[in-house]
Amino acid sequence: MAEFFTASVLVTTFAAGVRLAMPFLLAALGETLGQRSGVLNLGVDGVMLIGAFFAYWTVLETDSRLGGIAVGLLVGLAMGVLYAVVTLVFHAEQGISGIGIFLFGLGMSELLFQELVGTPFPIPALTEVAIPLLSDIPGLGDMLFNHSLLVYVGVVLVVVFTWVINRSTFGLNLRAVGENPEAADSLGVSVVRTRAIAILIGNALAGMAGAALTIELGTFQNNLTNGIGFIAVALVYFGAWRPLGVLAGSFLYGLVTATVTQLKVLDIVSGAAASLTTTAPAVLTVLALAVIARRTASQPAALTVPFERRR
Amino acid sequence: MVRLQVFQGERVSSTAVRSAAIPVVAVLLALLVGAAMILALGANPLDGYRALFIGAFGSRSALADSAVRAMPLLLVAVGICVAFRAKVINIGGEGQIIAGAILSTVVALSVGDLPAVLLIPLVLIMGMVGGGIWGAIPGAMKAYLGVNEILSTIMLNIVAVQIMNYLLRDPLIDPKEIEQGTRIPQTERLPETADLPILLEGTRLHLGVVVAVVAAVAGWAFLWRTTIGFRVRAVGHSPHAARYAGMSVPRMTMLALSLSGALCGLAGAALVFGSQSHRLITDGSAAGFTGSAGFNGIVAALFGGLHPLWAIPSSFLFGGLLVGANAMQRAIQIPSALVVALNGLVVVFVIASNRIRDNLRKRVVDG
Repeated sequence: MAEFFTASVLVTTFAAGVRLAMPFLLAALGETLGQRSGVLNLGVDGVMLIGAFFAYWTVLETDSRLGGIAVGLLVGLAMGVLYAVVTLVFHAEQGISGIGIFLFGLGMSELLFQELVGTPFPIPALTEVAIPLLSDIPGLGDMLFNHSLLVYVGVVLVVVFTWVINRSTFGLNLRAVGENPEAADSLGVSVVRTRAIAILIGNALAGMAGAALTIELGTFQNNLTNGIGFIAVALVYFGAWRPLGVLAGSFLYGLVTATVTQLKVLDIVSGAAASLTTTAPAVLTVLALAVIARRTASQPAALTVPFERRR
Repeated sequence: MVRLQVFQGERVSSTAVRSAAIPVVAVLLALLVGAAMILALGANPLDGYRALFIGAFGSRSALADSAVRAMPLLLVAVGICVAFRAKVINIGGEGQIIAGAILSTVVALSVGDLPAVLLIPLVLIMGMVGGGIWGAIPGAMKAYLGVNEILSTIMLNIVAVQIMNYLLRDPLIDPKEIEQGTRIPQTERLPETADLPILLEGTRLHLGVVVAVVAAVAGWAFLWRTTIGFRVRAVGHSPHAARYAGMSVPRMTMLALSLSGALCGLAGAALVFGSQSHRLITDGSAAGFTGSAGFNGIVAALFGGLHPLWAIPSSFLFGGLLVGANAMQRAIQIPSALVVALNGLVVVFVIASNRIRDNLRKRVVDG
């Protein structure tokens, strides 16, 4: 255990945790926006998988990592259009239609991967961008200020989302539509349009999260996400529908994942025990859900309730 | 359509006919999208679908394989029907299947060679107990703490997989794997008396398939022929009215999720003891053991109109599609994952068309 508690190992583990937190964060932030508008999207994992595949393929073919991320975002957007139609036009039961989207993404990404690539060739990781001055702080610099662009984007998005949800006109509409769509509608706020925008942004971020994951791991395989998208949905509840809470939850997952990996590398825990440790965040999330559920006030009142104007 | 009337207890009308047609249309639409994808990938969809159909239903052994593949789907689907009638969405099928598999495996390994007449019922019941516990946890959390069951079941899926991975890599690993240093995460060969007997010589059709069909009939009888089943449905239909009538909503919620979990756990036990290797093996992921039955069972349940008896043919169809997908892959070199994607589309189409169905109903009622 002593070899884990050296400065350099702790710093690398923490830095890895921050990087690993990004797919969780991006997907969960997108889901937060959707849920604040009253729409649950359980298909995040499927969207991430499709986004991840197309991003991976793009990087493989063009060598452009930023291009890959952009493609992941666009593919997510396309999936968002599908989900918006299913949810807003056809008023489908959201918990189940999300499972459909998940299965579609799972099958589609595997199909395309086997058909178009076949072998998991490695792709290059994103280059790190050191923030001047801050990155020179010993320890802290490497932990927080020497990361790929994606990490900074993720953190900036937390700030932006907090502002948008709480301070902007769109955010006000968003919350109104999520809490009381009838009232919002009577005041001339378009429920469908507001929810559509939230769904589109949410799915685009899910696609981008998939891209972030494949680029962070430097490869692709079937079911690459292994449930990250589902965890992201839970993180929204964990974070009580606030971007900052979501950030905390994502870091928790990232850090635990990085720590377990590091302990395995250092041979402190066996592979068997490591798999048990991996469940820690899941157990913690369940417990947190049990506590949070008491404060149901924080849940958008109209979550999963389709809106239909009374005639 | 007379059968539909018997099953659903509804007045047969042109609306009922049309609403039953919707899942079929959804599958046809999904197959059409699939055909377009096959074309886009440069293969002949007709050849592909022909291979798929023959691979699924074209011979005695193909039919048996489809039935075996349908077995876990059917058990999960019946569980989904029960849960859904109580307005609970059980996404935890994967974890509950695994929990049932683990408990039944541990029991089989510890009791050793009992006669088959004792051991087979014992392991199947242990499967139900394991899955039932894994369903009761989110059930209790929803009923008494108000925790959203979708989230808790997803988390418990993750926990179950990792417990399985841990057990198979350490305490339950086949001693031979350690001796030989191969360390494949699997148990030793389970007691032979626990093997689910093959019912048709020369095929893989085993007892688990019959168990699943019996469970489906039992699920139907429970929901529509018992008082508790009535309460479950009443709670799902209108919790306020049910409470007013003196029923305990939390208790019914918990019961529905526990039963749903028990059926999934039964599937887990049947998967282990009906497997060809007769071991519990993990590849690290849930799908590696379950074949995503926990999710595909939802597809089968939806396609069967959330009715336990309709889930029988529906599961058989989807089991067949999954088996046939492999034949299609061999014939036209299109990966079998296509069928998983199409299953997803079926869910989306069916669930999206509910609104159309409701509109049809309304129109008939309003005249």
